[in-house]
Amino acid sequence: MSSNRAPRRDEPGVVEEPAIAISSSGDIVIARQRGRALAAGLGFSGSDLTLIATAISELARNIIEYATTGEVILGQAGKNGRPGIVIVARDEGPGIGDVAKALSAGYSTGQGLGLGLPGVRRLMDEFEIDSEPGHGTTVTVRKWLR
Amino acid sequence: MRVPILKQSQYVIASIQSALSDEDLLQLRDDLAQTVGRYRSRGVIVDVTVLDVMDSFAVRTLRAIAHMIRLRGAETVIVGIQPEVAFAMVQLGLTLEDVTTALDLEEGLAHLERQTAAGAAHVK
Amino acid sequence: MSTELRARASEVGSPGADATAALLRELVAHLRKNRTQLREEWARRITESKLLTAMTREEIFAEATSVYDNYVEVLETGSVEALQAYARNLSERIIPRGVETHEVLGIVLLLRDVLARSLFKKYQADFGLLNSVLDAYEPAANRIANTVAVGFVQERERIIRQQQEAIRELSTPVLQVRDRLLILPIIGVIDPQRARQLTEQLLRGIRSNRAKVVVVDITGVPSVDATVANHLVQTVDASRLMGANVIVTGLSSEIAQTLVTIGVDLSKINAVGDLQGGIEEAERLLGYTVTTPEPKPSEKQS
Repeated sequence: MSSNRAPRRDEPGVVEEPAIAISSSGDIVIARQRGRALAAGLGFSGSDLTLIATAISELARNIIEYATTGEVILGQAGKNGRPGIVIVARDEGPGIGDVAKALSAGYSTGQGLGLGLPGVRRLMDEFEIDSEPGHGTTVTVRKWLR
Repeated sequence: MRVPILKQSQYVIASIQSALSDEDLLQLRDDLAQTVGRYRSRGVIVDVTVLDVMDSFAVRTLRAIAHMIRLRGAETVIVGIQPEVAFAMVQLGLTLEDVTTALDLEEGLAHLERQTAAGAAHVK
Repeated sequence: MSTELRARASEVGSPGADATAALLRELVAHLRKNRTQLREEWARRITESKLLTAMTREEIFAEATSVYDNYVEVLETGSVEALQAYARNLSERIIPRGVETHEVLGIVLLLRDVLARSLFKKYQADFGLLNSVLDAYEPAANRIANTVAVGFVQERERIIRQQQEAIRELSTPVLQVRDRLLILPIIGVIDPQRARQLTEQLLRGIRSNRAKVVVVDITGVPSVDATVANHLVQTVDASRLMGANVIVTGLSSEIAQTLVTIGVDLSKINAVGDLQGGIEEAERLLGYTVTTPEPKPSEKQS
């Protein structure tokens, strides 16, 4: 599947906040509340704020469930004059063997198995994943102000 | 943060006050099991009005709560899911399909009343 | 001071960073010293070019003063953030007044012009120095023009998007016809963005009207693609999460086919032929019969 590299910290036009360590369920709440605050500051509407917070929650939850620890990095970016939020969820966990399968619509978090990645992709405007067994996983998502 | 649970006649109302951690949700599940058992409640209402996010864990746990309460002979109604939250849930593919939902506390209680009355009539 | 600059400028072919900075400092001093005169000239040329016709002379002069001072300050500090903030602020103020993009660009370029000519006049005696001065001035001036123009355009685009959103909202009404009953008639071709807006409006409507039943009428929708069909299903599901029953009316066989194609279980959808039938079904669901405090056994339905 799409294996783009995670954005470098010096990627032009991205202003990042310090990484949020994810290792406990309390960190999930912290990450999504910070994400909500950042998005609110950028001017996102109420329903978009919920979508963003929910996506962050799912990504952070994946980190804990599959890699035990990792980090979430929030940032703001601009595209064609529109501001947007960038969320990077990174871990050094086992990695995903079959990325295509994990992204197929068949996987749903509702069942308690799957990674919910297709769902997260639906919530956001852009979605990239870089994952290899033994090399961890990095998911990058972006949402632009409408 | 422990979720306060109130008893109202034969029903029990759990009113969530703020964002819940995973542990809080599991604690709620245990507390409800205890309370329903102790008071032989006929129904439980979980009010999620305040929750700004319902992710996969929250949904799984709520379904587990409903299931557990059904085993104790009572019915669960989830009330107060906000428009944005409902929208995010369906986009994420999360469903509460087997769990009853209602708009708010008032509707939730009305539903429980109807169920209880129906049950009583059936018994007659 | 000028002698020193000349010396520095001619040391290397073109001035190094130090020399540029020193030149800019001298420029800035000159522009500040001649502030009043240059500002007036600029304001005059604005009026001559018939720009900012939506504003009065006083307003033009007031804005000219702020822009001028900001301009010179950016030349001095090289900091664009303050200018960006000012540009946004200015745009927010003048866009509702009907100021156009070409006017904003026009006046900034006029200012660049006015200041450049002033520099020409001052340094014309020494061609080499004039060159160095312009080398220092030009990139800075261009960056300023760019920042202001881009800021203005972005602000305009943001406003246009907002207006489009507002128009879309106006054209998709959620109607309350009876207590606890909402109707959402959808007409025309729906694109994903409109579909999404419909859903949000409906869900908010369910909350504010405390609706128990919603009738979504798609009689007026010729066809939908898979994305929009998905959206329809999501709308039904989300409404249910809020405790509302959804009845879909006017579901054509073509749209039904699209739904089946994307894997929707049609039995999940409560579909009724036409809008009238849908409303009747809704009223039945709402139990529009007289309710008594204790349900009589004879009236008990399953």
